[in-house]
Amino acid sequence: MDFLRPASWEEALAAKAEHPTAVPIAGGTDVMVEINFDHRRPEYLLDLNRIGELREWEVGADAVRLGASVPYTDIMENLRAELPGLALASHTVASPQIRNRGGVGGNLGTASPAGDAHPALLAADCEVEAESVRGTRLIPIDEFYTGVKRNALAPDELIRAVHIKKADGPQQYSKVGTRNAMVIAVCAFGIALHPETRTVRTGIGSAAPTPIRAKAAEEFLNAALEEGGFWDSKKIITPSVAKQFAELASGAANPIDDVRGTASYRRHAVGIMARRTLGWTWESYRGTGRSTEGVA
Amino acid sequence: MRVNFTVNGRPQEADDVWEGESLLYVLRERMGLPGSKNACEQGECGSCTVRLDGVPVCSCLVAAGQVEGREVTTVEGLADYAKHREDAHPGGGCATGACGTSLQDAQQWKANPKKATDSQTGEGATNPDATLSPIQQAFIDAGAVQCGFCTPGLLIAADEMLEHNPQPTDADIREALSGNLCRCTGYEKILDAVRLAAARQDRQGLQEGAV
Amino acid sequence: MGSTRTTGAPTKITQGSQTKGGIGESTLRPDGTLKVTGEFAYSSDMWHEDMLWGQTLRSTVAHAEIVSIDIAEALAMDGVYAVMTYDDLPAEMKNYGLEIQDTPVLAHGKVRHHGEPVALVAADHPETARRAAAKIVIEYKELPLITDEASATAPDAVLVHEGRTDSHSRHVSHPNIVHRQPIVRGNAAEAAKKADVIVKGEYTFGMQDQAFLGPESGLAVPSEDGGVELYVATQWLHSDLEQIAPVLGLPEEKVRMTLSGVGGAFGGREDISMQIHACLLALRTGKPVKIVYNRFESFFGHVHRHPAKLYYEHGATKDGKLTHMKCKIVLDGGAYASASPAVVGNASSLSVGPYVIEDVDIEAIALYTNNPPCGAMRGFGAVQACFAYEAQMDKLAAKLGMDPVELRQLNAMEQGTLLPTGQVVDSPAPVAEILRRVKARPLPPERQWESSEGADVRQLPGGLSNTTHGEGVVRGVGYAVGIKNVGFSEGFDDYSTAKVRMEVVGGQPVATVHTAMAEVGQGGVTVHAQIARTELGVTQVTIHPADTQVGSAGSSSASRQTYVTGGAVKNSCELVREKVLEIGRRKFGTYHPAWATAELLLEGGKVVTDGGEVLGDLVDVLEGESVEVEAEWRHRPTEPFDLVTGQGNGHVQYSFAAHRAVVEVDTELGLVKVIELAVAQDVGKALNPLSVLGQIQGGTTQGLGVAVMEEIIVDPKTAKVKNPSFTDYLIPTILDTPTIPVDVLELADEHAPYGLRGIGEAPTLSSTPAVLAAIRNATGLELNRTPVRPEHLTGT
Repeated sequence: MDFLRPASWEEALAAKAEHPTAVPIAGGTDVMVEINFDHRRPEYLLDLNRIGELREWEVGADAVRLGASVPYTDIMENLRAELPGLALASHTVASPQIRNRGGVGGNLGTASPAGDAHPALLAADCEVEAESVRGTRLIPIDEFYTGVKRNALAPDELIRAVHIKKADGPQQYSKVGTRNAMVIAVCAFGIALHPETRTVRTGIGSAAPTPIRAKAAEEFLNAALEEGGFWDSKKIITPSVAKQFAELASGAANPIDDVRGTASYRRHAVGIMARRTLGWTWESYRGTGRSTEGVA
Repeated sequence: MRVNFTVNGRPQEADDVWEGESLLYVLRERMGLPGSKNACEQGECGSCTVRLDGVPVCSCLVAAGQVEGREVTTVEGLADYAKHREDAHPGGGCATGACGTSLQDAQQWKANPKKATDSQTGEGATNPDATLSPIQQAFIDAGAVQCGFCTPGLLIAADEMLEHNPQPTDADIREALSGNLCRCTGYEKILDAVRLAAARQDRQGLQEGAV
Repeated sequence: MGSTRTTGAPTKITQGSQTKGGIGESTLRPDGTLKVTGEFAYSSDMWHEDMLWGQTLRSTVAHAEIVSIDIAEALAMDGVYAVMTYDDLPAEMKNYGLEIQDTPVLAHGKVRHHGEPVALVAADHPETARRAAAKIVIEYKELPLITDEASATAPDAVLVHEGRTDSHSRHVSHPNIVHRQPIVRGNAAEAAKKADVIVKGEYTFGMQDQAFLGPESGLAVPSEDGGVELYVATQWLHSDLEQIAPVLGLPEEKVRMTLSGVGGAFGGREDISMQIHACLLALRTGKPVKIVYNRFESFFGHVHRHPAKLYYEHGATKDGKLTHMKCKIVLDGGAYASASPAVVGNASSLSVGPYVIEDVDIEAIALYTNNPPCGAMRGFGAVQACFAYEAQMDKLAAKLGMDPVELRQLNAMEQGTLLPTGQVVDSPAPVAEILRRVKARPLPPERQWESSEGADVRQLPGGLSNTTHGEGVVRGVGYAVGIKNVGFSEGFDDYSTAKVRMEVVGGQPVATVHTAMAEVGQGGVTVHAQIARTELGVTQVTIHPADTQVGSAGSSSASRQTYVTGGAVKNSCELVREKVLEIGRRKFGTYHPAWATAELLLEGGKVVTDGGEVLGDLVDVLEGESVEVEAEWRHRPTEPFDLVTGQGNGHVQYSFAAHRAVVEVDTELGLVKVIELAVAQDVGKALNPLSVLGQIQGGTTQGLGVAVMEEIIVDPKTAKVKNPSFTDYLIPTILDTPTIPVDVLELADEHAPYGLRGIGEAPTLSSTPAVLAAIRNATGLELNRTPVRPEHLTGT
C-alpha cells in the first residue's frame, strides 16, 4: 500500500491520473473501516486532507458550491438557510465525531444507497463537479448514481464540489433507523418544495439499489398542486392527495430484506415519511405559524 | 512511511508506519499512549475520540498519514489542555449563572478530598498529585466510571462540549455524547458527571467574576 | 436522581462504624484516577519489547469436515514467526471448557460453528499476521446443519458431538441436548381444572451479545523456566488457569496469570478466548505475543446469551389466584457447552418467577447446534424466563380484567414461600413492595418533546433522524418484576479466598487486600477497601493486583463477588483483627485490664473497647510486626436439583427487582423511545450506594437494549452470523437511554455478610419485559418476541 499526500488540488488530480486505482480518503469514515476490518487493501490511498479548498463553500446567487470535504458539522451549523434539507440530513449522519470528519464527497464517492446525504441532494437538485487532469465537468445528480455503490465518475476523476440549488422553499429530511442516534439508515426520504418552478422533488435512500427520486410521486403531486391551485391558494393539501403521494413514493422504492430491515417495512416507512415530510414542508410553505420544523 | 505530528503539545515522530495504520494504532502502539481506546475500530463507539486540530474525531478512522504536521490531544493530555484553556479563558464562559442543571443537584456528588489516603489497585504508577481537568474529576466524583473503557473518549467529547456550551441542557448533553457508547453505567452517572462539571465551572466563573 | 433508600432491618455493625471510608459510604473508585487519565492498563494496552502479534484464522462455514490445511505459504512470509494448527498442540489434552471440556483449542478435523478457530499466526506486525492468516488454505466439506430444536432432536440428526461421556449425557434424551432439568411439584394437570382462565403463550428471546467495550486481548510472555506469564482480561483467573495449563502441557504453577484491566465483561469473559492461543504462540516462538481482537472478531470470540423458545401455560381463578403453571424452555447452546448446564438450572428453577404457584410442570433444555456457542451473560436463564412469565402475567391480567400490578402482588412470593424446587425462601422477598414502589412513582409528564420552537426530535421516537414531530406517537406504561439467584448454585463449592495483611508503612497502619477477584468495572476493589477499613479501623488500604498467587476468588459473575469475595475479605480481616489484638494483648496487656476483659474493636487506627475507651495505637501494636492471613470463605452449601423431580435446596440467595417502563411509540413507523425506566430493588445492604446505583442503571440499560434493538442475527440457512459489528449490532446510546430513577430497599439477609444481597443481575431481568409491556400497552399488539423490531410494530 502506498500513501499519497498531494499538497494541492492539482497534485491530487495528477496523482489520480497516474494511479487511477488510488482510493481517495478524506474523512476516512468509510475507507478506514474497510481497512481496519481487512475488507479492502487498496494499492494507493490518496489523502485529500491537505487540500484546504475542499473544505470551503461559496454561496452564489442560485447555488451553493459546497467543497467535497466540508464536514457535515459545518453544513448543519452554517448552511441551514441555504441547504435546509442537507443540513437536516447532515444532522442524522452517524455521530458528532463522524460529522466532524465526513463530507458529501465521501457519500457521493462511495455511492452507497445508505449514504445519508443522497435523498437531500436529489430533492434539492444539484450537480457534482468532477475534475481530472482532462478538465472539469458537472454531472447532474440524476445521472450520478449508476448502480449499487457505483457512480458516474471516470477512474481519473475526483469530486471537487457539489453545486446545490439554494432552497427556494421548505425542505425536509427523515431517516428511519432502529436506534435514536448513530445509526445507518434503514431507509430515508428527502423532499424539497420549489415554489419558483412550482415543483416538488424527492429523494429516497436505502430502499433501492441506488439513491432514487420518487418520480411518479413527484409528477402526481406537481399536477395535483397545479390543478388545485395550491401554490397560490396555499390551501391545506387534500388528505387524498397526500395519501396518493405517499403511496406512489412507497411504490418507487425497490428495497431488499437485510439485517437492518425487511423490504416490506422499508416500502411502508418510505410512504409514512413521504406523507409526514410533505405535511411539514407544506405547512411551512403555508406559513401558518404552526411550528413544524423539528428542532434539535 | 514516517509521520510527524504534535501530540499533547509535544512533537512526535513515528517511523516504519504501515500505510493502513490508523492514528489510533500509532498513538497506542508506537507512542506509548494507550489512553485512546480500541473498542470498535469502525467509528461506532467513540472510545478512541481525540481532538485533531481541536476537533473531536474518531482516531480509528484517521489514517496515520493524514495527521502529518497536525495537532492531536488525547486523554493523556486532557488535564494540561484544560488548564491552558482555563488560564486563557477563566471561568469557562457561563456568565449568567442560569446553567441548565441545578447547582444543588449537581453538588451532591461533591468530591471527597482525594487521594493520598486512598487505595490503589497497583495497576500502574499513578501520581497522587496529578491534577485532573474538571471533567475528569467530575467523572470520578459522580460515579461515571465503571470498567472505564469508554471513559477517555467520553471525557474528550464532554470536555469539548462544555467548552462550547457551558450551560448544556440534558438534551444537549445527550446529543453531544450520542457518539460515545457505554455498556456499564446506563449513562445516568455520566449525565450527572457532565452536569456536575458544568455546575462547578459555572460556580467558579461566578466566583472569579465577583472578584 | 430521585433515588431514595429505605432501611428495613439492618444488620448491626459495631466494628468499623466509626471508620471513615468504610462500608455504607459512597467512597470513590481507587482506580478512578488511572481510568480518567488514560493510564489504567487494560489487557489491550499491554506492550512488551520485541513482542509479536497473534492472529486467529477462523472458520468461514458453520459445520464442515476439514479436508486439508495448507500453511506453507503463510509460514514462508517475511515477518512470520509461527503458524500453528491442531497438529502443533503440545499436550495430550487438546480441549477446554468451563464444565464440559468439549471445545477444541484449534479445530480438529471438523468445525462446528461459524468463526471457530482453526489456525494461529504470530508475526512482527498485525498486518503481517493478517496477511499470513489469509494465505492459509483450508478445504472444507460441508456437513448438514443443526440449527434448532427440530433439527437437533430428529431421530436421524447429525450429532454435533459424537461419543459424549460428560455427566449430563446419561440423562438427556438425545445427544444433541446438553442438559435437561425438569421440575415437577404438585399436580399441574389436576390444578388446571380449578382455573377459571388459562393463558398460553409461545415466546422467543433473541441472541444478545455482552458487547463489553474492551475487546478480548492479552499478552503472553514466555518465562525462563519454560512456563509463561499471561496478562489478560477475564472474569475468573483460576478457572482460566485450570483450562489453560493442561493444554499447554504445563503444571499450573508454571502458568502465572495476572489480571489486566478489564473493559467490561457481563459474562462474556467467563470462557476462554485468546488466552491459550497467546500462550501457545509465545511458547512456540520464545517471544512475547499479544493478541487483540477487533470488534468483528470479538463477536466470534466469546459466547452470547442463549436465544430461547419458551412455551408457557398459566391458570388462575377468577379472583386472580394462580392455579398452576406449565412450561418448556428451549435454550440454544450452540456448538459448545460453555455454561449451558447452569443456564438450564437457572431457567428451570426460576421459571415460575417471584410468584407462589404450588402446582407446576417445568422442563428446560439446552441444545447443541451449529449456531454460535452461547453461555454466560448477566442474569442467564432467569432473563429469558422473566421475559416470558411476565408477558403471561399481563395476558392473564387482561383476561381477568385485573390490574396487572395487582395480579402480581396478589401472587407475589414472600419470605417463607416454598419454591417449586421445594426450597424455602429464607430471607426477605419484598416482591409486592417493590412493585408498589415503582407504581406509586409519579408518571413523567406527557409530550416532553414540545417546545415553543417546535418538536425537539431528540425526545421523540426516531431521535435525531427526524421521523416524527409527534405524529403517530402513543404512550404506554408497563410493569415487570423478576427473581434471580445469587452465587453459584446446585451444589457447586462456591468459595473465595482473601489474603489480608496489616503492617505499619510510613508511620501509618496499612491494610493490603489480595484476592484473585476480577475487577470488571463493578467496583469490587472499592468495596474490598471499604470492608478492610470497617473491619480493621484503618484508612489506608492497598488493593493488590489480582493474580494466581493467591487462592481462587471464583468468577465475577452470578451477582456473587461482593457476597463471596466480599465475605472472604471480611472473614480474613476478622482473622487479622484477632491476631492484631493478640499482639496487643501480648505487648500491652499488662498496662490496662480492659485488654483482657473487654470486647475490643479497631477504630480510627486505634484499639478501643466497645465502650469507646482507647487502649492504644495500631502503630504501636504493629511496631516491628506484620500480620497476614490467607483464608477461604464459603457461603452456605447448596444441593443439586434432582434430575427427575427438580427438588433440592439449589440456591443460596435471591435478588429481586421491579421496573416500570414508560415508552412512547411511533405506531406508524414502529419506532420506540423509552421515556423512563423506574426501578425498585432490594439490595440487602448497600455497601457502596453510588456503585449500587451504577449496577442497577447499567443492568437496566442492557435489558432495554435487548427489548428494542440488540440481536445477533444468525442466518438459519447457513448458521452464519450476519451482523458482527457495531454498525449492525446496536446497543443503546445515551439518546436511547431514559432517566432511570432507582428506589433502593435495604432488607438484610441475615445469612449474608452485612446482610447484603447480590445485585448485578436482577435489574437486567425485569427491564426487558417492562419495556415490552409498555409497548404492548401503547400499541395493543401481542409481541411475543424480543427484541421487538419496527416490522413487528407495523405489521410489515
